[in-house]
Amino acid sequence: MSNVVLSVKNLSMSYLAARGRVRAVNNVSFDLHAGETLAIIGESGCGKSSLNLTLIRQLPTSAKIESGQLLYTKRDGQQLDILQLSKKGLQKFLWSEISMVFQGALNALNPVIRISDMVYDTGKAHGLSKAESRKQALDLFEKVRLDPMRVFRAYPHELSGGMRQRVLLALALLLRPQVVIMDEPTTAVDILTQRSILEVLKELRRELNFSILFISHDLAIAAEIADTIATMYAGEIVEIGPVYEVFYHPRHAYTLSLLDAAPRLSVGAEELHSIPGSPPDLIEPPAGCKFHERCRLATDICAHTVPPIEIFNGNHRVSCHHHQIVRKEREEVIQS
Amino acid sequence: MSQQPLVELHGVYRSFEKERVRIPVLQDIHLNVYPNEVLCLVGESGCGKTTTGKIIASLLDASEGEVLYNGRRMAEYDRKERSLIRRQMQLVHQDPFASLNPAHTIGQILGYPLKRHKMVNGRAELRRRIWELLTLVDLTPPGDIVNKFPHQLSGGQRQRVSIARALTVNPKLIVADEAVSMVDVSIRIGILKMLHNLRDMFNLAIVFITHDLALAKYFAWEGRIAVMYLGRIVEIGRTQDIIANPAHPYTRALLSAVPEADPNLTRKKQPIPLRSDEIPRLTAIPPGCAFHPRCPFYQPGVCDVSVPRLAQAPGYAQDTACIPLTTGEQLVPYGT
Ligand SMILES: Nc1ncnc2c1ncn2[C@@H]1O[C@H](COP(=O)(O)OP(=O)(O)OP(=O)(O)O)[C@@H](O)[C@H]1O
Ligand SMILES: Nc1ncnc2c1ncn2[C@@H]1O[C@H](COP(=O)(O)OP(=O)(O)OP(=O)(O)O)[C@@H](O)[C@H]1O
Ligand code: SF4
Ligand SMILES: [Mg+2]
Ligand SMILES: [Mg+2]
Repeated sequence: MSNVVLSVKNLSMSYLAARGRVRAVNNVSFDLHAGETLAIIGESGCGKSSLNLTLIRQLPTSAKIESGQLLYTKRDGQQLDILQLSKKGLQKFLWSEISMVFQGALNALNPVIRISDMVYDTGKAHGLSKAESRKQALDLFEKVRLDPMRVFRAYPHELSGGMRQRVLLALALLLRPQVVIMDEPTTAVDILTQRSILEVLKELRRELNFSILFISHDLAIAAEIADTIATMYAGEIVEIGPVYEVFYHPRHAYTLSLLDAAPRLSVGAEELHSIPGSPPDLIEPPAGCKFHERCRLATDICAHTVPPIEIFNGNHRVSCHHHQIVRKEREEVIQS
Repeated sequence: MSQQPLVELHGVYRSFEKERVRIPVLQDIHLNVYPNEVLCLVGESGCGKTTTGKIIASLLDASEGEVLYNGRRMAEYDRKERSLIRRQMQLVHQDPFASLNPAHTIGQILGYPLKRHKMVNGRAELRRRIWELLTLVDLTPPGDIVNKFPHQLSGGQRQRVSIARALTVNPKLIVADEAVSMVDVSIRIGILKMLHNLRDMFNLAIVFITHDLALAKYFAWEGRIAVMYLGRIVEIGRTQDIIANPAHPYTRALLSAVPEADPNLTRKKQPIPLRSDEIPRLTAIPPGCAFHPRCPFYQPGVCDVSVPRLAQAPGYAQDTACIPLTTGEQLVPYGT
């Protein structure tokens, strides 16, 4: 595969709450390659957004990054640790190297500021002249299939939800970052709007070749756009691997359960299953495998021993005591 | 389906006044709901699903047209019968948090309608009935739940409580309006399976409102789907027929746009592009077929002239409202 742009190593972060420390990101490691789309999937509250916010250091004051490294490689090969950047250094770094499109982004646009002013402000903070910013923005608006001049002069409220989402995508790309982080960018939009955003995104990605870190609880979108899937549970990445591997040959019981709960429109009658219970408390998580209380494959060992990390085929990393059973079960389902 | 429908909508119109402007929200809706059936209403935001659901549940009056309950207009029943019929149609909302009183325990929430409608005699029977209802919605052991407040339950548990509350009055029909949209994907299926069981047990009809087509297909596989667009039903029929062989261009576009939780399947899909992404405002509904400005098969001089009516088109089992199709023509891409 191509070069690693962002290498996350043993990252842990927690929030200080009244009852104790909420361990929202726990010893997370992964590499993001140039041009790669990595989708992080998992239930609500598993720490997806927290991981995101840690990567770009936009955490509330109650949060503490406890350990880890965020090694980032610039286009010229220079390497840096995002966690070591000064406040000013971080400001320069965001948008130009890593940018983001947030969850519920429809509200992310300030209603009293014209789109053009947002473009100028963002450009100016990174040393672009007004003319340069404008040219870049109009070009990107065209690429995301918006009417460039109309949108440039508009206030956010004059645009539909889908248009605003595309404006945000264009703004995120204004300074040609290598990485764009997207947190549920298509939740709360309609099917056809979601489709046009996905198509635009795929086109942009082909043309501009940036990497995407995509956070979603929607397995279908992940299946469509990701090269790599990471399953997150209780603050940890429990499985990560190429999209076809994870969908057709998963090795973690939690991934298997997520797949078992996802209906597919064009597959006729389906036998689906819920995951019992709800995600665990992140202040006092269960011992052993954190999923064991909800796992239908769990045995004694799962309740007291943390499953070791195992690597298959070089790039499929899993920690599940019963990965062999998982693999076999899914294969039987696929064959039937 | 020759049996007596529970609810019949005959040429129903509904509009709202907003700042002295009349907004037509539903137009010429013809729809029957039969005992024990599953009927899904699907379509994009604002197409009128909730309004239709409320009219079915007799929570809202039609502006024009006729609504029959068990074959008769509401006005033909006396007061007592009316209140009985109203009780037989229950609505379950999307957000159980908003619809459950936060200051009441679950026991009180269920006890109130039981007492008010004199469904039980005496304290012992009240308690027994509450226990029974909680067991029916799989909130067990009931003793752990009755004294809790809504905020002490998970989203999925709260939604089970709202379903239990709907069951207190022995309904014949439940309108579930986006009832699982806010609960996690992983636990949705459990709630849907429970709804199916309740339906079998109590001979319930379920009107299931969703914008998630894969979920609609799963839940209503043995039932029917009605696809709505801008206040009209554009296609209605058996789920299996519509999914396998969608007729209306809007339905085709929707089905083709939905990503699938399966990488091969989703990447093979060919989304049907529309001629425009813009959803017209309800105050400016296009003449003729309201879908014509976006329709990839638009026939000038035909589709923009008269309003299509729901009818069976040759080659399709379901009813559809598309002029070329119902007049037996082939759909040809616009401009060819
Ligand atoms: N500011 C905060 N203070 C304390 N706890 C927090 C804070 N933000 C999030 N949490 C907790 O951290 C955990 C992870 O939350 P996070 O928002 O990262 O999950 P998520 O996977 O993004 O969920 P969702 O799919 O609902 O967006 C949760 O238990 C949450 O309650
Ligand atoms: N009480 C009301 N007053 C004014 N307009 C209303 C009222 N109720 C609904 N509307 C309008 O009627 C249209 C249809 O609303 P409805 O809630 O039925 O749509 P829906 O299909 O359920 O949409 P969603 O998927 O967003 O829930 C919308 O444009 C809405 O703004
Ligand atoms: S009536 Fe015409 S415009 Fe409407 S859906 Fe059919 S082909 Fe398209
Ligand atoms: Mg989140
Ligand atoms: Mg609605």
